[in-house]
Amino acid sequence: MIAQALMRRRERRVLPGFGLSLGISLTFVSLVLLLPLTSLVGQLSQLSWSQYWFLITDPRLLASYAVTLFGAGVAALFNAAFGLLMAWVLVRYEFPGKRLVDALMDLPFALPTAVAGITLATLYSSNGWIGRLLEPLGISVSYTWVGIALAMAFTSIPFVVRTVQPVLEDLPAEVDEAAMTLGASDGHAFRRVILPYLWPALVTGTGLAFVRSLGEFGAVIFIAGGKPYETEITSLMVFVKLQEYDYAGASAVASIVLATSLALLLAINLWQGRFIKRLHGGRG
Amino acid sequence: MLGLSRPRSLFAASTIGLALTLGALSSAQAQDQPRELLNSSYDIARELFAAINPKFIDWWQEQHDETVGVKQSHGGSSTQARSIMQGLRADVVTFNQVTDVNVLADAGLVAKDWQDRYPNNASPYYSTTAFLVRKGNPKQIENWDDLARDDVSLVFPNPKTSGNGRYTYLAAWGYADQAFDGDEAKIEDYMKTFLGNVEVFDTGGRGATTTFVERGIGDVLITFESEVNNIRNEYGKDDYEVVVPPVSILAEFPVAVVDEYAQRNGNEDLAKGYLDYLYTEEAQRLLAGFNYRVNDEKVAAEFSDQFPETELLRVEDVFGSWPEAMETHFSSGGELDQLQRR
Amino acid sequence: MIRIGDAPRVRRLLIGAALALTALFLLLPLVAIFAQALMSGIDVYWQNLSSVYTLSAIGLTLLVAAITVPVNLVFGVFLAWLVTRFDFPGRRLLQTLIDIPFAVSPVVAGLVYLLLYGRNGWLGGWLDAHDIQIMFAWPGIVLVTLFVTCPFVARELIPLMQTQGSREEEAAVTLGASGWTIFRRVTLPNIRHALLYGVILTNARAVGEFGAVSVVAGAIRGQTNTLPLQVEQLYQDYNTVGAFTSASLLALLALLTLAAKAALEWRAARRETAT
Repeated sequence: MIAQALMRRRERRVLPGFGLSLGISLTFVSLVLLLPLTSLVGQLSQLSWSQYWFLITDPRLLASYAVTLFGAGVAALFNAAFGLLMAWVLVRYEFPGKRLVDALMDLPFALPTAVAGITLATLYSSNGWIGRLLEPLGISVSYTWVGIALAMAFTSIPFVVRTVQPVLEDLPAEVDEAAMTLGASDGHAFRRVILPYLWPALVTGTGLAFVRSLGEFGAVIFIAGGKPYETEITSLMVFVKLQEYDYAGASAVASIVLATSLALLLAINLWQGRFIKRLHGGRG
Repeated sequence: MLGLSRPRSLFAASTIGLALTLGALSSAQAQDQPRELLNSSYDIARELFAAINPKFIDWWQEQHDETVGVKQSHGGSSTQARSIMQGLRADVVTFNQVTDVNVLADAGLVAKDWQDRYPNNASPYYSTTAFLVRKGNPKQIENWDDLARDDVSLVFPNPKTSGNGRYTYLAAWGYADQAFDGDEAKIEDYMKTFLGNVEVFDTGGRGATTTFVERGIGDVLITFESEVNNIRNEYGKDDYEVVVPPVSILAEFPVAVVDEYAQRNGNEDLAKGYLDYLYTEEAQRLLAGFNYRVNDEKVAAEFSDQFPETELLRVEDVFGSWPEAMETHFSSGGELDQLQRR
Repeated sequence: MIRIGDAPRVRRLLIGAALALTALFLLLPLVAIFAQALMSGIDVYWQNLSSVYTLSAIGLTLLVAAITVPVNLVFGVFLAWLVTRFDFPGRRLLQTLIDIPFAVSPVVAGLVYLLLYGRNGWLGGWLDAHDIQIMFAWPGIVLVTLFVTCPFVARELIPLMQTQGSREEEAAVTLGASGWTIFRRVTLPNIRHALLYGVILTNARAVGEFGAVSVVAGAIRGQTNTLPLQVEQLYQDYNTVGAFTSASLLALLALLTLAAKAALEWRAARRETAT
């Protein structure tokens, strides 16, 4: 095994540019990514553990974790359903305007989040196009958790669609056929045969959407009311601490956001790696 | 190849070089151009300075035969102070909060005795906190005690992030202090209900206005008297009414030269001239036109019917001093946090 | 051949639902941007567009993109080459590191740069003493934008170059080709589309970044305002039409991005069916 790995390694080094690309990559990563992040660590190191613990367990902050997690959770679940539907429709059916719909799926990534924020706030305010219709029903979106979830959902729409779509495209037709000839209903066949196949991609996409939602700021800020304990998201808390010249506090909160996102991202990467390995027999 | 054998140091050097070049380029920019003053100001003063700056430029031209420019940066007063401490090179600050200038003085960017350098505690104009209510005042809002009723919902900016919001908080406290004769428990009770009635906490004054006017949220918007009047002018006199409570807080709008940066930018005289200009009759009239109360007696008399008589409490009298008020009420875990805790 | 969900009823239902949701969640906001921008007529739109501040915001935004995109393009290519063509300890770690900007909230990204280059920061004091301004000037905006956009190109290239393998390049080496020639003649044609796609994504994000830039820009009108910041400020100024005018420029750019991407995918699909 080891010998093989070493052989492969030497073989790979046949290609030129190892030093150059290593140099450029490491320099860039250190200067652009790591150096700024160490300044965060530097700020944090000025705090003792008990101070740190005190800062990150402030009740108002705890409430903001709950608001953020809840909003991101709702947004991710919505996107799981919506993304699955869109991927299915885009892969399986032909209809006029399909190319347009397909292209539109990426809009949230292409549209700056601030623009998305003011647009959603305008649309869903009590005198906006949609808000006006919801108001009589007693649903208010702006300045409630619904608005937060909505903004988070909007900015993370592409994740699920774009992870499920290729997997669904690769699904051999025989799988369908086998299921259908067994006499199962559409719904049953989908649940028993297709869904297990899509499951990993669906989880990955939903996970990415969740992570993105946790950190979203630009879009949410316009539509979240910023009411303590109710509509205050964690990113806003970082912002608030910054306004108070409380750099240590801001860094502490930032470190929580950062650690959560990184841990989730790593988990998703690992999960994805395992999944790809299983699919391709060890490659990747 | 040499580049390949020692790529790391080479590229380390060149990337640091890149950062430096970017910096150098930006500071080397703007040679041969007319001098430009940077005024760092609070959130809701955009229209005000958009009107004042051209007049100042004319005034300076007349006095010194030099064409200059004025650039504006607006944001929450505290955000602005923070940016300046972190290196935003503003020549002058025109804030709505004494503490935010004090912070700069503590950091050594502004002279310690800045309040003595210009008349009226270096505050060329002042205002107070007032209420904007919807047409016909359906909830019958007259005074601060009406704001603690349970059928009333409020909008004002977050006292943590906005000087405007801080004044509102202090005004309410000042009122309660007077009404309950300093009975702590009663004051806190009042404040708790008052804060509980807040529907939305925006980060700045402008956000709160948008929430109230464009989103139609809340019964009362609490903000500076000047702003309240502007909104009425902007969005129609008929849809909103202004209520100035019989007692409120004195909101000073302190100005100062950021000596450290003005010196470096070679703008010291220009910065001083700018602040002097704010005290001239011409500028005072402009300010009064924007519904700010002014000290110039002639102008004040001209506009007297625009500003109802009201008792204005000084922060120093009610809370001891600005630093004390900040420490007791707005610091982390302070009174405000306590009141909002459930 | 029968496939799941092919019954006309199911089909109609699903397509209908998909179209309705797309219209509600994606199309409507897009329409709203332009409707709001043109609310007071084309003259006002034009007036807002040609204001000094909007023009300077456009200029700055373009400058930021013009620096960020090429730098990240070069970096992305080198990183992808390194990670997919060589095996070395720490390869996985490097790949994860590159994902950090995706995980970091933009506000935090701005914060870390402020902590480093701000006047009280580690490097800030030295920079200040030498009169070099990075924060609250365009270099700072460029740096944070580099941070938030650095993963895009690499992320597009890595999976592709991994599946393609390095056999072709190795063959070229045995033929005695130099590194640059190999890259230009062998690798580049294979990754052209992914590269372009990465560039499009980088550009879209570079132009639209708000959170990180707002922390380091200092909000100086006509000097450090990028288009997204301009949108926010005009919105705060009660100038809804003006805000949406700038927003419509960004939306237009977003549409161009989508069109470019769709065109690329379409060409790739056509080439695939042709072979």
